[in-house]
Amino acid sequence: MGVAGEARGCALALPSDDVIVARLRSGDEAMFALLLNAWSSGLSRAARAYVSTKESAEDVVQDTWLAVIRGIDRFEGRSSLRTWVYRIMINTAKTRGVKDKRTVPMTDLTPEDSGPTVDPSLFRGPDDPYPGHWKEFPPQWPSVETEVEGRQVRQRIEEAIGRLPARQRIVITLRDVESYSADEVCALLEISTANQRVLLHRARAAVRADLESYFTADEGARR
Amino acid sequence: MNDLNCDEFVELVTAYLEGELDPDTERRFVDHLALCDGCDRYLDQIRVTVQTLGELPAAGLTDARRERLLAAFRDQTT
Repeated sequence: MGVAGEARGCALALPSDDVIVARLRSGDEAMFALLLNAWSSGLSRAARAYVSTKESAEDVVQDTWLAVIRGIDRFEGRSSLRTWVYRIMINTAKTRGVKDKRTVPMTDLTPEDSGPTVDPSLFRGPDDPYPGHWKEFPPQWPSVETEVEGRQVRQRIEEAIGRLPARQRIVITLRDVESYSADEVCALLEISTANQRVLLHRARAAVRADLESYFTADEGARR
Repeated sequence: MNDLNCDEFVELVTAYLEGELDPDTERRFVDHLALCDGCDRYLDQIRVTVQTLGELPAAGLTDARRERLLAAFRDQTT
């Protein structure tokens, strides 16, 4: 897609955790402001998996930062600072999610995490000379050229993410929207590499399938 | 034709993109990719999906919340 997203800042160069923590402890407000800019988006997007509204997610992020302010003197560096902040967010969000009657079991994979990610009816059956091969190739997608089209595609993707099971939603958000590494996502969600990959795979396949139905709907239906 | 089917290929794309396939499976994956336009397109669409996910706008704090947090930071450390 040729159209760049708006407003996502270019990667903010943050100093090392040691430097950040020392500056926060000494009351360096500019450093705190920089962290707010760098991490609030990811925190907020990830929080949406645990609570039911955008407002609740923003409350969770605010409470998280308040807890960081109160707790920074106790940060021991056993994980990265960002992982530590995310763990605070997750605990805050879980507490709140209970009130919202939304809980996210994070440990094991569930039935929604198994089975084919592409509709099996798209492939040839066992009696075909080429079993397991495409009946028809996936339809080609039109190129997205204007800013308006780009915005519509991004809106569609936001909706698709919102429909994912909570754990898939967090993983694809952190990996693909916020560009965190697989290792960091495993650490902050306390899941194995294999499970992280399964969740990411299913989430990507679901979003791709959603985009396919968007692109193959006729022009009128897309407006 | 090699021994990997399209319905198997599509379940390996993430492991492939993560560089986590064992060498033998990766070879079968790449061989299949070279022969199959449908799977080539599927993989490309996954890449486009990932790229577009990375272009979503930031979901930052409202100005009011940001100001409240900066004030709380000042209160805590002064």
